[in-house]
Amino acid sequence: MSTSRSVAALDQRRDVVEQLRQRVAAMEHKPAGQPVPTLPGLAGLVPLHAGATYSVDSASLALALAAGASQAGEWVGFAGCPDFGVEAAAELGVELSRTVLVPDPGEHWLEVTAALVDVLRVVVLRPPASVDERAAGILDSRLRTRSAVLVVHGQWPRVEARVSVEETGWTGPGSGTGQLEERRARVVVRRGARPPERADLSWPGVHRLDRQVREIRRVSG
Amino acid sequence: MRVMVVWCPDWSVVAALDEAERSPRSPAAVLSANVVEVCNGPARAEGVRRGQRRRDAQSRCPELVLLPANPDRDARAFEPVLAVVEDLRPGVAALRPGLLAVRAPGSWYGTETDAAATVCQALVESGVWDVRIGIADDLFTAERAARTAEVQAWAVVPEGGSATFLRGLPVHVLQDDGPRGRELVSLLQRLGLRTLGDLADLPGDAVEHRLGTYGAEVRRRARGEDRTLFSARTPPPELDAEVVFEPPLDSVEAITFSVRTTAERLVSQLAHHQLVATGVRVEAESDGVVCSSRTWLHPRHFGARDLVDRVHWQLQSAGSTSGASGALRSRKQTGTVRAPVDRVRFVPEVVEPAAAHGEALWGAASDDLVERGVARVQGMVGFDAVRRPVLQGGRSPGARQALVPWGERAVDLRPVDRPWPGRVPGPAPVRVFASPPAAEVVDDAGREVRVTDRGVVTGEPRRFRVGGGVLPWQPVTAWAGPWPTDEGWWSGGSGPTARFQMVGADGRAWLLVSAPDGWCLEAGYD
Repeated sequence: MSTSRSVAALDQRRDVVEQLRQRVAAMEHKPAGQPVPTLPGLAGLVPLHAGATYSVDSASLALALAAGASQAGEWVGFAGCPDFGVEAAAELGVELSRTVLVPDPGEHWLEVTAALVDVLRVVVLRPPASVDERAAGILDSRLRTRSAVLVVHGQWPRVEARVSVEETGWTGPGSGTGQLEERRARVVVRRGARPPERADLSWPGVHRLDRQVREIRRVSG
Repeated sequence: MRVMVVWCPDWSVVAALDEAERSPRSPAAVLSANVVEVCNGPARAEGVRRGQRRRDAQSRCPELVLLPANPDRDARAFEPVLAVVEDLRPGVAALRPGLLAVRAPGSWYGTETDAAATVCQALVESGVWDVRIGIADDLFTAERAARTAEVQAWAVVPEGGSATFLRGLPVHVLQDDGPRGRELVSLLQRLGLRTLGDLADLPGDAVEHRLGTYGAEVRRRARGEDRTLFSARTPPPELDAEVVFEPPLDSVEAITFSVRTTAERLVSQLAHHQLVATGVRVEAESDGVVCSSRTWLHPRHFGARDLVDRVHWQLQSAGSTSGASGALRSRKQTGTVRAPVDRVRFVPEVVEPAAAHGEALWGAASDDLVERGVARVQGMVGFDAVRRPVLQGGRSPGARQALVPWGERAVDLRPVDRPWPGRVPGPAPVRVFASPPAAEVVDDAGREVRVTDRGVVTGEPRRFRVGGGVLPWQPVTAWAGPWPTDEGWWSGGSGPTARFQMVGADGRAWLLVSAPDGWCLEAGYD
């Protein structure tokens, strides 16, 4: 923690004054609604906004959503994930020295999450029990005044977007030969009443595959 | 100037026996590279000598206690002895562990004999049994005088009497100077020079030609012309800080509130010496007895607020009877400590120069904010419920990671950069189960799949299920493996295990382990 600073380095390719102006503008306005950095593969699909809640149904999607912000120099936290895979997180670019884990927050997960939301940029939560409207409302109101994103691995009453894996498959292993190599997944994003948006992602690294590429690969074997 | 030398013979053995909590009277020897380096009186009486091989020493004295050489331990154990002498007379120089020099006290204690008696008594009272003291004009003579003294006795060489005293000593006293001394002794004996007096009588330039600078130096010393002085050490600054409560306090909140000033004083005191503490022992005393003591390590360095937090956590965990981590501790339950605390002490155990931990010019404020927020979470669920993930080396996914309590430094991690043969290749699993659930894996005929001692899989895995029948069977569409390992077989480890990557019908992949006591689901690629 001594070496890493949470102020992100400036992008060398863009105008420095312009970037600083953006930062100052972001600080002056109310925190909700600011864009939060995501991995390039998810940028067009699930743009994250501060103050919003997103729900996912797979641990790797939750990790992928947090990884972008961590890469950009933000602090991230995971609450209620006792099975956090440290090596997978590191491979995805999560900066471990800026990661806070509360593996088992117990019955007070709501208070713990609220306290994490105060200081971290992305908080991944796996609620240990079903969540009612009231409990979600408490967190939502807290989120709106902070500049954090809540990613819920599980069910949540009101969310900005629901990201789920529709179908998935691995390449590599046969019957007793090879090893796990690449994972392809069809991901569907549902936002309110809008029609669901589908995209193909590949792991490791979370890259977006074009439909054509997928077809070509299928044809070529 | 007169010099007093205090000699504690066979110090390595004394220190090692003390650390091993053995009787100082038992025959013992400190070995280095299987050769006796130092032995004590009882061992010498049985015929053990320096330079003997281990088995020779053991054949002379079967009950000999063998101790490993450790110069750090010797120096560490000698530190209290220095402190005792320093209390009586400042300006102590540690020549080596077991041997110290100090300017002989003048007429403060009466005569020099009285001074030697005072020092000797203080040392014996502090628990050092074998003390010998020599007083003379120069360092070399004083050391030789100390070596002629009896146990708990002293030898005083009168002023100007060095040459006379040294004349009668045999040349083999130079053996204490190490290898070059031993070499010179052998040469002098072959030349027929038996005493230091014989050497002193030779002409100076001839000695220098034949025996080199070391020989000339020895001759000068033997004539009592050597005026080598020693540089006294500066006593290390006292860095501990403590606070006394009168009357004793029994509420954690009150104690935490009252230690704040002391913590701030400690930090500013360290800053005055341009130091920061990265490891601090916090001790709480009740009724004069230390009731709670714990060493805390900080990933950066301790500030006053960090110290106050550590006191809070330590006393809170000492007071809570249930000790259930993960549950929010109500103040009523754990607000009181077991016994009223009348003293809290901070002992900085690891201090480092402040320059190594300087803050960056900007950008640290936000990290401080996070530290504060996380400390609040720790206050809710206990300090060890908040973790920091770190990578380490290992073969299974669970062994390749560690969750370190927030605010502590990771210690005893296995190195990552080793090859770790037998580890599972491919991308790392996203979910690593802390307590892997039991699983069953069967082949076409419904028999359990096993892995033989030679790494042969007994059947094709077709289906698997987790949780002993609660969840349905899941077909295996593809599998890879086995990656066999046999860890810790020399200390009764888990026995031979083999890992398999299996892809289920829903397209998700899992890491299953076949161990002697059955299958379990170790990790998921989700």
